[in-house]
Amino acid sequence: MLSAAARAEIEAHLKKYPTKRSAIIPALYIAQRAHGYLTPEAIRDVAQVLELEPTEVRSVAGFYSLFYKEPVGKHVIHFCNDLPCALRGADEFLKKLCARLGVEPHGTTGDGMFTVEPAMCLAACDRAPLMQVDLDYFENLTEEKLDEILDGFRTGTIQTDAASVIKSELA
Amino acid sequence: MEHVILRHRNIPDLHRLEVYQAHGGYEGWHKAVTEMKPDALIDLVKASGLRGRGGAGFPAGLKWSFIPKDIFPKYVVVNADESEPGTFKDREIIERNPHQLIEGVALACYAVQAGTGYIYLRGEFKQPARILQKALDEARAAGLIGQNLFGTNYSLDIQLHLGAGAYICGEETALLESLEGKLGQPRNRPPFPALVGLYSKPTVINNVETLANVPPIALNGADWYKKLGTEKSPGTKVFCLSGRVNRPGNYELPLGTPFRVLIEDLGGGIIGGKALKGILPAGASALILPASAIDVPMDYESVAAAGSMLGSASIIVLDETVDILWATEKMVRFFRHESCGKCTPCREGTHWLVREMERIRRGEGKPQDIDLLLDITKNMSGKCFCLLGDFATSSIVSTIKHFRGEYEAATRTNGQ
Ligand SMILES: Cc1cc2nc3c(=O)[nH]c(=O)nc-3n(C[C@H](O)[C@H](O)[C@H](O)COP(=O)(O)O)c2cc1C
Ligand code: SF4
Repeated sequence: MLSAAARAEIEAHLKKYPTKRSAIIPALYIAQRAHGYLTPEAIRDVAQVLELEPTEVRSVAGFYSLFYKEPVGKHVIHFCNDLPCALRGADEFLKKLCARLGVEPHGTTGDGMFTVEPAMCLAACDRAPLMQVDLDYFENLTEEKLDEILDGFRTGTIQTDAASVIKSELA
Repeated sequence: MEHVILRHRNIPDLHRLEVYQAHGGYEGWHKAVTEMKPDALIDLVKASGLRGRGGAGFPAGLKWSFIPKDIFPKYVVVNADESEPGTFKDREIIERNPHQLIEGVALACYAVQAGTGYIYLRGEFKQPARILQKALDEARAAGLIGQNLFGTNYSLDIQLHLGAGAYICGEETALLESLEGKLGQPRNRPPFPALVGLYSKPTVINNVETLANVPPIALNGADWYKKLGTEKSPGTKVFCLSGRVNRPGNYELPLGTPFRVLIEDLGGGIIGGKALKGILPAGASALILPASAIDVPMDYESVAAAGSMLGSASIIVLDETVDILWATEKMVRFFRHESCGKCTPCREGTHWLVREMERIRRGEGKPQDIDLLLDITKNMSGKCFCLLGDFATSSIVSTIKHFRGEYEAATRTNGQ
């Protein structure tokens, strides 16, 4: 069941559009937070709030890659290995990341902490290698930095929504 | 170089409203709403020659003039989906100079008399969206956006909308579908969005960078703007430089600046002093240009004449160490992943292209497979529902044209 707070949050999004249906993406993000992925129940709840059929909501959820239909790790890592990043060593770095976590690409660590997804271009090609963790950017990665970041998540010293990583390093 | 768009590089803290206003921010907006007729604003943007920065280079003022006057409501939708490999300019504008974007959206809305603007950001732009939302809240609190602006009867609301991971939503009609809460799949055209757009109402869709050009035009006039760039491609452009160069990044330059200035002077040349092999002028969607194109001016006409397109100007540099087949496979994989599945030539064709490239790269290809690849592209080009299907063939067609020897070398051992 969606919490009352989650419902209120979705209601706030409804005000932005002339149709309820337009709030489907924001609503799915909110519904996904509870379990990290979209449970059948979450799909039904969103359908109910937006006055849609659950099958319609499911098909929209299925179209977009940021909605997860299966359980994922507590933190989802999107590591960019698209062409611009790969020209700067991203494929090799992704192997190191996977080795450190003991997973294959698309896999989840045994402790359920991290899922690693190779990503298409994340609009940060000048700061490769880079990744997003829970959609927060971590850029210009080195192996040392990577270790610090992974440790930070494990120990709870980094919390993605609070982590401000936008650097004023542009020329 | 004087920045028109990346002004934050000269002005610290430009993302803050009071700093932006101290540097002429929202002056053009105030003047437009209090002193200008909407049509005068359209004419001004027309006269400036500003062309769309999202890919096609369509004249912005002309696009606005297609909006019918007598149908309400109307919408302005900003394309901040920025997902083309190698493109990272809209993100910098949003994060570092958000008010210039907001002012540009506001001016576009006033020009076509839209009461609502939506800014559609790719889902991965959670952090940029937060910065933009803060700027929007500031602008609202300062009475720059809202009801009865500056004592007139014009009211304006601007909303942010995050997508959820789908490159195709950068295609303007797929974006509208997505914003309406549906699958992000392209629509039939005609009707064009100018007549039947968001919620079936007249809609202007512009790229982030396009609209960020409008406030300086409103403030300084069309003649000032036309002094920058070339006659047919006026103004400056933010060029995204990535790949095998020493100093990748965004560089704002007058349109018509040669690739050489960007790659060698500003980008610091190629890593390790290697030789240039090829240039992708518009990310994975463009036909590759050979190294001999280094002196081509970067404007819409010149890059087209050289056999490619300027697109959103995401310039990916390949050097002599790059395996062309490897790079091509990366690009076709991108399109296979991003095909929305609506039409068969694209959905199936992108799978075939990836499968063939994989086979050739595993050393299992035969010489005739090169022509098979070209055959697949012929069955896609011009036969797909939207341009993504055509884009998916660009890397194959152009790398076979310019680097056929590498394909031959990879398939030779399996000759018939
Ligand atoms: C497959 C595909 C992807 C596109 N992606 C983007 C994008 O991410 N951002 C963008 O502004 N335009 C993108 N476009 C172009 C838009 O359809 C549209 O032309 C543009 O937003 C219009 O704005 P402009 O006239 O200001 O350039 C894409 C087009 C296609 C066919
Ligand atoms: S060309 Fe590809 S992306 Fe475009 S509609 Fe067809 S399947 Fe979808």
